[in-house]
Amino acid sequence: MRRQLPLTLCFIAGVFMAVQYFIPHWRVQDVYDRFLTWLQIIFAFAFLLGTVSLVKVHYHKIRNRAADRGFSWVVLAGLGSMIGLGFFAPGHNDPGSPFDMMFQNVQVPIEATMFSLLAFYIASAAFRAFRARTLEATLLLIAACIVMLGRVPIGDLISERIPEATRWILTVPNLAAKRGIMIGVGLGMMATALKIVLGIERAWMGGGD
Amino acid sequence: MSWYDKLLQVDRRWIFLAIGVAVVVPFFVPLGLPVIVTEPVQGLYDAVESIPPNDKPLLLSIDYAPATLPELEPMALAILRHAFRNDVNVIVMTLHPAGYGLAERAVRGVAEEMEQVEGEDYVFMGFTPGVSAPILGLGVAIRNVFPEDAYGTPLDEIPMMEGIRNYDDIPLAITLAGWSAAEAWIYFAREPYGQQVGAGVTAVMATDYYPYLDAGQLQGLLGGMRGAAEYEVLIEREAKGVKGMDSQSVIHLLIIVLIVLGNVAYFAQRSARRKMALEDA
Amino acid sequence: MSHHIIWTTIGAILTLSIYSFLYKDNPFYKFAEHLVVGISAGYYLVIYTFNFIVPNVARPVFGLELGGEAIRFAGLEWWMALIPGLLGLLLYARFFPKFAWVGRWPLGIYVGGYAGLGLSPVMQARVLQQMEANALPLTSLTNILLVVGLLGTLIYFFFSMRHKGVLGVFARIGIVFLMVGFGASFGYTVMSRISLLIGRVDFLLSDWLHLAGG
Repeated sequence: MRRQLPLTLCFIAGVFMAVQYFIPHWRVQDVYDRFLTWLQIIFAFAFLLGTVSLVKVHYHKIRNRAADRGFSWVVLAGLGSMIGLGFFAPGHNDPGSPFDMMFQNVQVPIEATMFSLLAFYIASAAFRAFRARTLEATLLLIAACIVMLGRVPIGDLISERIPEATRWILTVPNLAAKRGIMIGVGLGMMATALKIVLGIERAWMGGGD
Repeated sequence: MSWYDKLLQVDRRWIFLAIGVAVVVPFFVPLGLPVIVTEPVQGLYDAVESIPPNDKPLLLSIDYAPATLPELEPMALAILRHAFRNDVNVIVMTLHPAGYGLAERAVRGVAEEMEQVEGEDYVFMGFTPGVSAPILGLGVAIRNVFPEDAYGTPLDEIPMMEGIRNYDDIPLAITLAGWSAAEAWIYFAREPYGQQVGAGVTAVMATDYYPYLDAGQLQGLLGGMRGAAEYEVLIEREAKGVKGMDSQSVIHLLIIVLIVLGNVAYFAQRSARRKMALEDA
Repeated sequence: MSHHIIWTTIGAILTLSIYSFLYKDNPFYKFAEHLVVGISAGYYLVIYTFNFIVPNVARPVFGLELGGEAIRFAGLEWWMALIPGLLGLLLYARFFPKFAWVGRWPLGIYVGGYAGLGLSPVMQARVLQQMEANALPLTSLTNILLVVGLLGTLIYFFFSMRHKGVLGVFARIGIVFLMVGFGASFGYTVMSRISLLIGRVDFLLSDWLHLAGG
């Protein structure tokens, strides 16, 4: 029940989903169609596990009087306010509602800005770390510089050879290399999927009994 | 301390400041450089352009999150403007929960601007979880994945959804994503159902999609803010994509200068150290 | 002051709080960082609930309605909503150590189902179609480079044999193509990160301060 049943369910689900592509019979397709919705529903509940874990982690920080527990209050206040506005305030779906405004003017700016910090770090890294120490590194940097110039209007202005060279890099060496990686990773993905379905790969079950 | 040692030890906050200045200045002193359209973007434009007006709808899956908003929202706005200009109905959906608010603001904004009516010219389905399952499910029946739109109206009560059952009734599906959702549309819509798929992705991902483009698995590809800018040029409605290209040009030049400077200083330092080591030996 | 201005100013202040990290870590940055964690978790919870769980599980099971149509209590559609809902709830058994193993049942269905679902499409899209697209006649330099480049890349990642002789030559060619490919990726990555910054600066200058054309 603890190991064999989940592995059996995994096997049955995996084999059915793999094989249904080749069985157009309406009964099989009906089961497949319903099973797709089941997978979505289970996925939805699984995603929300994260919220419960988040509350647990920060609750323990507060309870154990951790040094930065003040910020844990901020996390829980944010979570609580969105739950309150979403579940208990009317019209959360309406554009311009407090729920929507919190998303558009708090979550969106913070998340967008967090990732934009990388622009500064990549510039700093460009100066401090990108060294043409070997032939391969030099090739990489030259290709990068050509592409960086070729993908902005100023590159078109400097010379029409730059966007031409960029196009060539993208559609010949880049294409060949990425295709090779794609095929290799694709074979690896299939191998991993087969291992999961056949019960060889069991990490998803977690440890214990 | 020699010049190369000083240069290599400069506080990185000076570099941050230089980047900050380089991005801000073009907003006040626009360069107005022309944006040249490339084949992948032209391909997607042509695919949307080929959809007959007032007929079957375009499916636009706005799968991006706030982190990739500056690159992908301009694409969404440009594609929506293009479709509405051509009287092509649009089904908007999202596979990312944060995409709900972003997709709604994109479609509402453009619909208001172009006086499009919800339910007749566009429908917003909202969010559905799972990626592969819903993409496959849309090929069986849209109503299985979305029994109702984002506001609770059953699809059978929405005028533009009459006769629209599955991918057979959708000439083109476009995904705008900063994560693997873009590939998922190829795997689960294109391959099993032959659905025509186009993609707008972040520049980080764009180079990885050239194999799909070359193999004909994608009708077109928009890569990053440059892709959005090119699409804006094609629809003759320049907006944030084109506007950002000036700053992009200046900063790219700055970064190339930084790479060259860093390498020149590094090699000068290395050469000096080798010379010193030889003299000591 | 209109609501729009107030909310935009809140967004701008939070944006600047995040940027303050560039000078050094500080409480304003930490506040914004923690706030977004809570807000986004709450947002996702509401969206998942109202956009998916309510119309696909709660309303069919408790309201006997699916997609605007009435369904029968204990009928097929009712069971098709109840069973996966219960399976989903079983996932939460992991929070009770004594019963955590029960959570493996829906996990098995979910993991196996998604693994099986991906097998054929991935094979088709990533392997077969790509090999077909690269099976080119060696009649032009471009085609030769594409074929040689693909072979070189695949051979480079083949570690079961030593990269000597002909294999070594192809592996070396593969490295050259990979480096150029990664260079292109790096160039695009720089472009991507810069675009994110441009977007935020545009928000601050145009949407908030109205200093630059919107």
